[in-house]
This record gives sequence, structure tokens and C-alpha cells, in this order.
Amino acid sequence: MAEPFTILTSLPMPLIRDNIDTDQIIPSREMKSTGKTGLTDGLFAGWRYTEIGGREPNPDFVMNDRAFADSRIILGGTNFGCGSSREHAVWALAEYGFRAIIAPSFAPIFAGNCVRNGILPVILAPEAIAIIEKSAAPVTIDLEAETVSLAGGENWAFPIEDEAKSMLLEGLDAIDLSLKMSEEIATWQDADRAARPWIYLGANA
Amino acid sequence: MTGNKTLFDRLWDSHVVTDLTGSGALIAIDRIFLHERTGAAALNALAEAGRKVADPARVFAVTDHIVDTLPGRTDQTLMPGGQAFIQETRAAAKAAGITMFDVNDPDQGIVHVISPELGIVLPGCTLIAPDSHTCTQGAFGALAWGVGSSEAEHAMATGTLRLAKPKSMRVKFTGRLNRGVTPKDMILTLLAQYGAAGGKGHAVEFAGEAVSALDMEGRMTLCNMATEFSAMSGFIAPDNKTFDYLEGRRYAPAGADWQQALASWLVLRSDTNAIFDQEIEIDASAIVPMVSWGTNPGQTIGVDGVVPDDAEAAPLEYIGLARGQTIKGVPIDAAFIGSCTNSRLSDLRRASAMFQGRKIADGIKAICVPGSSSVKREAEAEGIDLIFKNAGFEWRESGCSMCFYAGGESFPDGSRVISTTNRNFESRQGPNVRTHIASPETVVASAIAGVISDPRDLMKSELI
Ligand code: SF4
Repeated sequence: MAEPFTILTSLPMPLIRDNIDTDQIIPSREMKSTGKTGLTDGLFAGWRYTEIGGREPNPDFVMNDRAFADSRIILGGTNFGCGSSREHAVWALAEYGFRAIIAPSFAPIFAGNCVRNGILPVILAPEAIAIIEKSAAPVTIDLEAETVSLAGGENWAFPIEDEAKSMLLEGLDAIDLSLKMSEEIATWQDADRAARPWIYLGANA
Repeated sequence: MTGNKTLFDRLWDSHVVTDLTGSGALIAIDRIFLHERTGAAALNALAEAGRKVADPARVFAVTDHIVDTLPGRTDQTLMPGGQAFIQETRAAAKAAGITMFDVNDPDQGIVHVISPELGIVLPGCTLIAPDSHTCTQGAFGALAWGVGSSEAEHAMATGTLRLAKPKSMRVKFTGRLNRGVTPKDMILTLLAQYGAAGGKGHAVEFAGEAVSALDMEGRMTLCNMATEFSAMSGFIAPDNKTFDYLEGRRYAPAGADWQQALASWLVLRSDTNAIFDQEIEIDASAIVPMVSWGTNPGQTIGVDGVVPDDAEAAPLEYIGLARGQTIKGVPIDAAFIGSCTNSRLSDLRRASAMFQGRKIADGIKAICVPGSSSVKREAEAEGIDLIFKNAGFEWRESGCSMCFYAGGESFPDGSRVISTTNRNFESRQGPNVRTHIASPETVVASAIAGVISDPRDLMKSELI
């Protein structure tokens, strides 16, 4: 279960490239952990270090710029998170501390994985993202109001599906939401067990 | 049948627990299969959140992805850290009360090969696994598809998934396949004609004379690559071949349950007037043996064809071919027979029948990996292992093996491999390895010649 997402203010880290895929977010050679944690070293490893498999920081990569050490928000390009459905990409981002990504569009599976792991995918027009980048100032994301704003007064609305919104706001994950329907599930299964007893293997064991 | 329901509607409707406001439905999940690459992560995350697997009897786990396929294998693997994946999955499965087909279990094998062998997948069931080729099992008239880790956790904890209903598509293969042409060539033809994104957002029913004519193993090969077509899943209406295959398998219903199940399975088909969001028709008698030329499975041509004139530069550069070049005759370094696409007994029988005493060309590294321990035993009982070995192939223990590269064993850097697998992505089978996907027959013909070859040329002279 993720921490509820209400209002977040942070200096965003600009990584405005189109089609950043999950292999760039975490290369498969860096997926060494059997769990969802222990992945932060692999985050953006191909860009972040001077050589493949190495750990020498590449000074030219934005993640190694001390100014963004505490960033909780990434500014991205179109089709963010495309490529394979590997959830490790989102786990690595979440473990590192990112809570929101602002981009003109997201790969659908990646966006779903973000919501499931407490990261808010914010869709804004490229012009708005350019203004935010240029301002080099903290932005505030208000999930309840569905807005992104700069201290100077600029303000943009972003779209988000109801279910994703309530999951993030309450820090609920999809499992919590579905477990609230335990009764319906049990009723359905009771009827189904009578109709298709062979599906319920435990009963025959 | 009258009405206008599709098979997909029937599979979907029969699993709707409740509709969700504005976002699809809560769908009941009948079977869950885990493997050691992601199983531990999903089970441990559940346990850490204090949640239980709702019905462990309907969850299974297997070691197939990382486990070595060399003889005498143990938990040690060539993949760095691989042992931890195996051991943690084993421990987590045990703690959750889940049946696991472990490293040297007689039922071990690639998840999508053993699930049907054991009768775990059944017509009309929903089956998920955190693995994109779960659609293979749609061959049994099941709704089977690959999910992410969190969804696997969700299904284990609740017995359901929250899903938006995909659109429906029917792909009809009319007519009959010619000799030397296989189900692999059918799916590669679909990919070549409609592209690797052609099935995006759709659940795909495969139908038509050529599909009905396939045996169950061929149907699995066809459904296996529905994910390469970007479909949510692929499936085929069950028929007597399906029922005959399943009857008597360990987890299939028996006795009165079997009779009741059969009755319910007979209605699993699309109505004559069923309405699909999209329909495609392909003449099976016009299909030829196919070989991929590029770095996605849609970049595929007939083995007697040439690399397209409008081929993109990047895949060409990677694969080291030129526009207009004939694919036949391109020298290969290696050959691979295996994977959840083409590693079943019928695949190995057809492939081994191609040798007729011939050996593979000098300098070719050739490997055959049976899809399950049971396939391996049956093949050995028929002497198929000796045919492969005498021809110069390595004969392995079952598993995913060199279908994918996870940092362990692989083909040499930059080598060119003709392979019965399903993905020709960059570095899929090892750093810079160039993969050409094809049928088992085409792989053997090419291994013998040392160059990409048309299996029909070998068959012409003899009665194979
Ligand atoms: S054989 Fe290859 S494609 Fe099939 S499940 Fe294993 S790794 Fe995936």
C-alpha cells in the first residue's frame, strides 16, 4: 500500500525525451533482485553511469545533478514508459522516491503500473511542460483538484480516471478496492462451485 | 447457434463477478501459474502486505525460465544470482501452500507446455500468469493471458482481476496448409500481413478450416504468438480434439464432473451471426514457410522472398541484411529448437524426420530443448534424442533455455541464429544476437545446409 497522494510540491527533474522505454528506465541486466526493492541502482542505468554495468556517475545525466537530488517529480516526453510491461521500471522509480511523472502521454500498461504503485501519471501538453522546465522552480500537483501549478500563478488541469484518482488519494491499491467486494466474490464463487465444481481443485483434493 | 455472441463474449460473461463503475468488470480468475523469474516477487509482496493467497489449490508454480538446461542441473544456474530466484520462489510457494513443479520434478517444463499436459488449463476457464505467452493456452478454448506482477498478486489475493473488456477479432484461416508449411508459418503470415500491432486492444479468436485441422499442439503454436500480434489473447473454440487431449489428465475433471464439464464446454463457440469488431481472412493454402528478417516478429517474409524494399534502416543494420536481399542462403552460426512456441513432441518428431541420416553443417552450434521433462522422456522413448544427437545437435533438459537472455547462457555475441522461438528482438537471445524465427522444419533444413533454407527443398526428393 502506497502513501496517500494528496498535494505534492517538488522541483521537477527534466528528462524530456520521447519514447523512454522500460528498458531505459531499468535495463534487464539490472533486474538482479528477486523482489520489488533493491532496484534503485539500476534506475536509468544506461544513462546514469559512464559505462555499462559500471557505477561511476555520468556527470552529464540529470539524475547526477545535485540540484535534483530531492526531486519527487519527473518531467518526461511523449509515450513515457513504452516497451515491455515489466513492472520493475515502476518499482525502481517508486523506490528511488519519485511520486509523479508529468508527460504529454504514457504507455497504458506503464500508467496502470504507476497507479498500482503509488505514482501519479500526469498528462500535460508539451507547451505546459516546456514552461515548467524553463521556470526551473518547484511545481505543485494537487490531485484532488486535478491541477498542476507554478508558484507564479500558472495553472493547468490534467485528466485522470476516477478509479485511479481514488486509489492514489486514499493510498489504496487495487487489491484493497477489490477486497471490499469480498462478499460479491464469495456469492459468485458459491454459485460457480455448483455449476463448475471441477474448477475448484481444493475441494477434490 | 442463433444469436450474435462471440466465443469471447461467452468466456467474458461467464466470469463477470460484478460490473465496475466506468471501468470494466471484476473478472473471476480460475487458474494462476507462476514461474521462478517473477514468482517470488509476487508471493513475497503479498506476504509482506499481510495478505493470503485466497485459494492456493488453484495456483501453481514452476522453474523454467532461469533454471539451467544442462544435464545434471541443480539450483545453481549460469544466470548471475539465478539460484536466489529459484530458491526464493520455492520457499514462497511452500509458505503459501502452492504446488510447485521444481527443478527435477518429473512434471517440470515450460509453464505453457506443462499446464496443458497436466490438464490445468481447461476449456471455458480463465487462466493468468505473469508471462506474456500465457495466451498459448487459449488453444483449449480458455481465456488465458499474461499479466504484470501486481495483477498476479491481485488475482491471488482476491480470485479476480479488474479488467476493461477488449474488443473482439476473428482471424479465419480458410483452406488447408500445404506440405512443409506449419502452424508457425500461419501465425508468422498473420504478423507479416497485419503487423506486430495488428491485434492491439483485441481478444482474437482463431477459426476456419485450417485451424480445425490442426492438432492441439499446432493450435498452441498458433495461439502462442497472439501476444506478438499485440492481442490481449488468442483462443480457439474447443472440439473433440480438445476434449480427447484433456481426458484423463491429472487436474482435468473426472467421472460425473467430466460429463458435466463436457456439456458446458460444447457451447463454447461463436454464434453463426456473431459480431466481431474486426475480421481477418487468410487463405491457408497460399501460406509458405516463413522467416523473420528484422527485429520484430511482423518483419517476416516467405523463405523464398526478399527483404522488403521499404524495410526500415535500424532493423536492417542490426540484422546485417540489405533491402532486396534474398533471405534463402544467408549463412547462419547457430540453430535453436525449443521454447513455448515449438518444443512439444509433435514439433520434435517433425523436426527429427527432416534429418534422414544427414548431419548439420560444420561449425553450427545447434541445440534442441524439449519443452517439458515429459516431452523429453517421450522423445527419448522414440529415439528422437539420438536422431538429434547423431546429427550434431545438443540435447538438453527442458526449460526456456536460450529462448531469452537473462545474463546467463547465450549464443555468441553477434551470432546469427535460426530459431523456433517467438521473439526476434535485439539481444533477445544474447548480446547482439541476430534471431530469425521460423518453424522447426525450417530450422533443421537450415542447420543442415548452414544457410537459411526452404524445408520444402529437402522434402522434395524424399518422402518425409
Ligand atoms: S520459452 Fe521463451 S517465450 Fe516461452 S515462456 Fe520461456 S522465455 Fe518466455
